[in-house]
Amino acid sequence: MGSCVSIADVHVVTSSLVVLLAMGQARADDLKWGADAQGGAPYVFEDPTDPNRLVGFEVELAGLLAQRVGQRATLVHGPWANLLELLARGDFDVALNGIEVTAEKRSVVALSHPYFAAAEVLTVRKGDVTAPRSKAQLAGHPVGTLPGSLAERIARDAGAVVRTYDGGQNDLYDDLKVGRIDAVLADEPIAAFYGDLEPSLERVPGDFGVVSYALALRPDDATRLQALDAALDALVADGTLRALYEKWGLWNPQVAALLHDPRLEARGAPLELDRWKAAVGKLPPFLERVRTRYPAMLPLFLEGAALTLATSLLAMALAVLLGVSLALSRRHGPAPLRWLAVAYTEFFRGTPLLIQLTMIYFGLPELGVKLDPFVAGVLALGLNYAAAEAENYRAGLESVPSGQHEAATVLGLSTAQTLRHVIAPQALRIALPPMTNDFIALLKDSSLVSIVTLTELTKTYVNLASSTRDHLGLGVLVAGLYLLLGLPFARLARLAERWFGRHLEKGANA
Amino acid sequence: MTLKLDRLVRHHAGNPEPTLRGLSFDLPAGTLTALLGRSGAGKSTMLRCVMGLESFESGTLDVDGVQVRGSTECRAAERTHAVALARARLGFVFQSYELFPHLDVLENCVLAQVLTRGLGRARAEDKARGLLVQLGLESRLHAWPSQLSGGQRQRVAIARALALEPRVLLYDEPTSALDPSMKHEVLQTLKRVDATGVTQVVVTHDLQLARGCEHVCVLDHGVVIESGEPEQVLKHPVHESTRTLLASWLEAG
Repeated sequence: MGSCVSIADVHVVTSSLVVLLAMGQARADDLKWGADAQGGAPYVFEDPTDPNRLVGFEVELAGLLAQRVGQRATLVHGPWANLLELLARGDFDVALNGIEVTAEKRSVVALSHPYFAAAEVLTVRKGDVTAPRSKAQLAGHPVGTLPGSLAERIARDAGAVVRTYDGGQNDLYDDLKVGRIDAVLADEPIAAFYGDLEPSLERVPGDFGVVSYALALRPDDATRLQALDAALDALVADGTLRALYEKWGLWNPQVAALLHDPRLEARGAPLELDRWKAAVGKLPPFLERVRTRYPAMLPLFLEGAALTLATSLLAMALAVLLGVSLALSRRHGPAPLRWLAVAYTEFFRGTPLLIQLTMIYFGLPELGVKLDPFVAGVLALGLNYAAAEAENYRAGLESVPSGQHEAATVLGLSTAQTLRHVIAPQALRIALPPMTNDFIALLKDSSLVSIVTLTELTKTYVNLASSTRDHLGLGVLVAGLYLLLGLPFARLARLAERWFGRHLEKGANA
Repeated sequence: MTLKLDRLVRHHAGNPEPTLRGLSFDLPAGTLTALLGRSGAGKSTMLRCVMGLESFESGTLDVDGVQVRGSTECRAAERTHAVALARARLGFVFQSYELFPHLDVLENCVLAQVLTRGLGRARAEDKARGLLVQLGLESRLHAWPSQLSGGQRQRVAIARALALEPRVLLYDEPTSALDPSMKHEVLQTLKRVDATGVTQVVVTHDLQLARGCEHVCVLDHGVVIESGEPEQVLKHPVHESTRTLLASWLEAG
């Protein structure tokens, strides 16, 4: 029934699939490390002046460590909240992305020597006399932090009304600025790269706690842990790490104490911090961004769009095939098959796609089935949408009057011939409009695959918006791309609908 | 003998009385027969049983030498096979025609030839075109069914059935869905088909149509109560039920 997809489309899809799979292949001498580019500066982020390049002090640290152990650093993207699960699943070998040293973490992963430490910093609106200015004053105030962070626990313990932000560090300070929260409690690098950029905000002096970061490895990966610890120690000993932090404006008393370095003052200018401030401090007007910035981001967006399209087309193909089988089983199959088809439809229609994808990607490895991220994404979307497709086809099949079946029967057509030549062409006309609707919905729902390390169109947008602090302009751009992806299919479907309904048009071909 | 029914019994679940109570008749080859009877007499059930759209419990159906026995009297697989063989010798014109709306007139008459008779497209089209021309549809070959008048649709349905060269062609109420002025045209069509030697059975409420046939059977309570030439059955009915039936039809006009 997927006759609206031409052979040429299938070629495009399969060739992009091959490229995608090839991209996912890592060599044995790669040090695969996991991080989330959505977290932003100064950890791992797209360079605002050259978005095709990932930068950040952790990108450089990963490179230095890999060099020390004789490997090549390869980044695997994953949502920050899922990094430890992805590590356990084996999607990468090291999580290196502001992983905080805590007792609970030690029970699930092996942590390296800490490589960084920083104070927790409270930021408030300038001149806000009612704002909390000490740990004790946090009680009762709405305070923004990152979910699952030390800052969150400190704020909670102090009795604050905690709001956590998944979307990126930018959102924290934007909400503080507009008054949705009274303060932000965050690690010092975040305050330095985001909060300090806002002239209407200020840091509150005082002690709110100290956080330290370490590499996370699988508990059974002792040899690698030993090698990376030795590499870290060497980077500390020869001053490489200190120089790195100074360049990023991250050299502070806490990190000096951590690395047992008596020189508290940073040497030289924080080049990277200054470069960041110059790049994102003040957004140029929209039209200028369109002219000067967006062209450089286009390749990233197109890459994301290609992944979105490939995922959606393959998932839809699966959904159509499975949906047809389900609808036919339900109508023509023996009783057990009919029940199975009904149960399938109810299960996949009645449970969230997010849960299905999480179970397939993170749950199945427990049963020994470890799927490639792309395969898992296509499978979850396809299985889910098959339930909707099955209902579309059932509606289509039921719309054909029983007299048509009987006419085909008395002419001697077999059940298969009747379906193929008499019922399907009439049913498809009814099923096509909701099918088109589903494909457009699938195109948008495919953004969920970002939780399994795939940087599709939406994730590309969120990452770039976070690293360039440009949510509105890039939002318009990405919305346009989604429309461009969907509209040709909507148009194609209209043409197909007209073809299948041509016998109903007035005066046609008379 | 091309169509013979021998003591067909069909009992619909939930009904106190069987719909067909040992229905028997035997139609000579090449005749045009009208089957009359009040509503509920078992005419439609008889047609559906003959066409294999419904099964009958006992009795024997014989179509041009192919015998189909009742569902309680033989194995299901054997019966399915016999029904298919019988069907290949039968044609059926539905009351509502049931043309395939997504296929044009010519294709409606080609599809089954290609799929069930294994005919090449060119030969199937030639045959379909020939029949459609004979039935006066030469200018409508590529029209959609939705663009045809009722009478034209019926003739397409007849051509579609004739394209498969049936030995027996059955009609369910061919005049009921048509304008009264078309009745004459229907009879002309039936006579034209009769001339080709096909045995025809017409289930009808229409006395005028019945008068034009060569043979008339009257059904009541699932059995044939009267049969013979139209002149005799319609003018001098023997059976009380037939008289009541004819009187009610004459009243209704």
